[in-house]
Amino acid sequence: MKIKPLQIIAHIILILGVLLMVVPIWISFASSSHDSVTILTEGMKFHIGDQLARNYNEVLNEKGGWSEEVTAAKMFINSFIMALGIATLKVVISAMSAYALVYYRFKLAVPIFWLIFITLLVPLEVRIFPSYKIVSDLGLTNSYTGLILPLVASATATFFFRQFYKTIPDELLESAKLDGANAWSFFIDFLVPLSKTMIAAMFIFMFVYGYSQYLWPLIMTTAEEYWTVVMGMKIIYTESYEGVALPRTAERFAYIILSMIPPVLVVVFLQKWFIKGLIQTEK
Amino acid sequence: MSFLDLKNVTKIYPNGTKAVHETSLSVDEGEFMVFVGPSGCGKSTLLRMVAGLEDITEGDINLDGKLINEVDPSERDVAMVFQNYALYPHMNVYNNLAYGLKNRGIDKETIEQKVNDAAKLLQISDYLQRKPSMLSGGQRQRVAMGRAIVRNPKIFLFDEPLSNLDAKLRIQMRLEIKKLQQKVGVTSIFVTHDQVEAMTLADRLAVINNGIIEQLGTPIEIYDNPKSLFVAGFIGSPQMNFLDGNIKNKTLSAEGFEIKDIDSDFEGEVKLGIRPEHLSQSENSLINLKVDLVEQLGSDNLVYGQLKNKKDFCYRCPGNLTIEKGADLSLNIENNKYYIFDKSTGKRVN
Repeated sequence: MKIKPLQIIAHIILILGVLLMVVPIWISFASSSHDSVTILTEGMKFHIGDQLARNYNEVLNEKGGWSEEVTAAKMFINSFIMALGIATLKVVISAMSAYALVYYRFKLAVPIFWLIFITLLVPLEVRIFPSYKIVSDLGLTNSYTGLILPLVASATATFFFRQFYKTIPDELLESAKLDGANAWSFFIDFLVPLSKTMIAAMFIFMFVYGYSQYLWPLIMTTAEEYWTVVMGMKIIYTESYEGVALPRTAERFAYIILSMIPPVLVVVFLQKWFIKGLIQTEK
Repeated sequence: MSFLDLKNVTKIYPNGTKAVHETSLSVDEGEFMVFVGPSGCGKSTLLRMVAGLEDITEGDINLDGKLINEVDPSERDVAMVFQNYALYPHMNVYNNLAYGLKNRGIDKETIEQKVNDAAKLLQISDYLQRKPSMLSGGQRQRVAMGRAIVRNPKIFLFDEPLSNLDAKLRIQMRLEIKKLQQKVGVTSIFVTHDQVEAMTLADRLAVINNGIIEQLGTPIEIYDNPKSLFVAGFIGSPQMNFLDGNIKNKTLSAEGFEIKDIDSDFEGEVKLGIRPEHLSQSENSLINLKVDLVEQLGSDNLVYGQLKNKKDFCYRCPGNLTIEKGADLSLNIENNKYYIFDKSTGKRVN
């Protein structure tokens, strides 16, 4: 096969793109395997050093925070629970509210949809004080419920599900009705399996969204046992300046690498469906 | 009371469109009823009201001696085959057939047996594990019918199920539907806009126009004895020829000829209808046709031409006659088979 010049150019561009994405991650990883003194004196590294196990072990298990109680491992678990809860509930709630908006033809369906849609203009950061007030009045500060609940309503996902349901032909519903399906079984037996690629795509988006929350957990949690990874990132950067010790650069890199793992795993496991969800036309 | 009874059924959509006007109709048990009419005439609406997919604005529908106006579609025990089949895309053929049974709480073994029986009847046993997207048009059609049969409903409803198939397959499936209906013996209503489909399938035919049943009868009755201009024009292919005319003292003067002693007391403006197949060539001719075009179908020729006053006219003759383009034919009406309609009301007057 003859290779066209255009193809070569295309590949060069793509390879550059890949390098741009991968090289920083590699540098972080390689640097996380040396000791901090080496990094501070010689700069970041491209090759693997001999401190890999030690650094990661230290990051995961060393107790930090003000009261020296929380470990990185605990923070990972917290973030994972929070992201999982947010993603799951967001998908469930959005799919169900879109179902109601599309299939129950009550008069207020359209205004309600726009009302939901408008909340896109009011992200959590804007309404953070009222949200905090509500959650604290409910006594939900320092709890997983408090971390998750205020973030579970999603206009974006509702919108996507609504648009998808609207493309499903009416005959399918009618046929299902004649086959004895009720409102609930139509949702479970038809809409859920038909939108499973969509569900996977939404789940990934929402998981990453939940995982990368910073401001909300920062305000919400005073107890260290509920700290999340993104908060920990700040701690591990600042704590070294407080003492006389050297900045723990290698451990920071190890922490960064670790913090990337959960979202990457979610994408890896769901990407087959995710891509289908973005390009699917099959019905 | 017959099996399915529609009494003064009316459908008015929320936007004020009147789709069905006070329609009454009864269908006997085991009968194959066909609703035929142009698109937008209300035939599908009528069917969907029987299925329970449309609310009934006024009137009553009784099925098997029970008023079903307010009965939920799933409780009516009707099965419907949709135009686009509406197969469940995410389920394989087996589950497509089994879904309705599962919802009725039937046990697994019975479901399996019923599905397999229906699959055998429709010759789809080999595809039971496939998804609908892997089936051809004809196979999907069979699955859609299987889904209806397997539930053993009181009535089958077909909503133009053949219109997505190519011509050859359509004829084949038409035949299969008819055979199947005779074999299973379930009361059926079939909606179509294709008059050939209607004629071939129906035990009885309802010709619907503008939300009104124009005529109800066996296909032959309707073909031989259309009661209105609309029915006459709609049933029969090629279409009936219509000429303007006038009746005075039992004499009809049409465009260029006269018919004496007609069997009608009507006086005034009329339309004269003559079927292309009710004409023959003869010496003492009524109609002179200048041939423009001949379509040779093998068994028949369709001769298209113009009368003296440039009016288009069609004549159907046996395929063994050779007719040249440009020829002048003199035609006569066989056995006085002509139809006269009141021009203003469209009603038959002879």
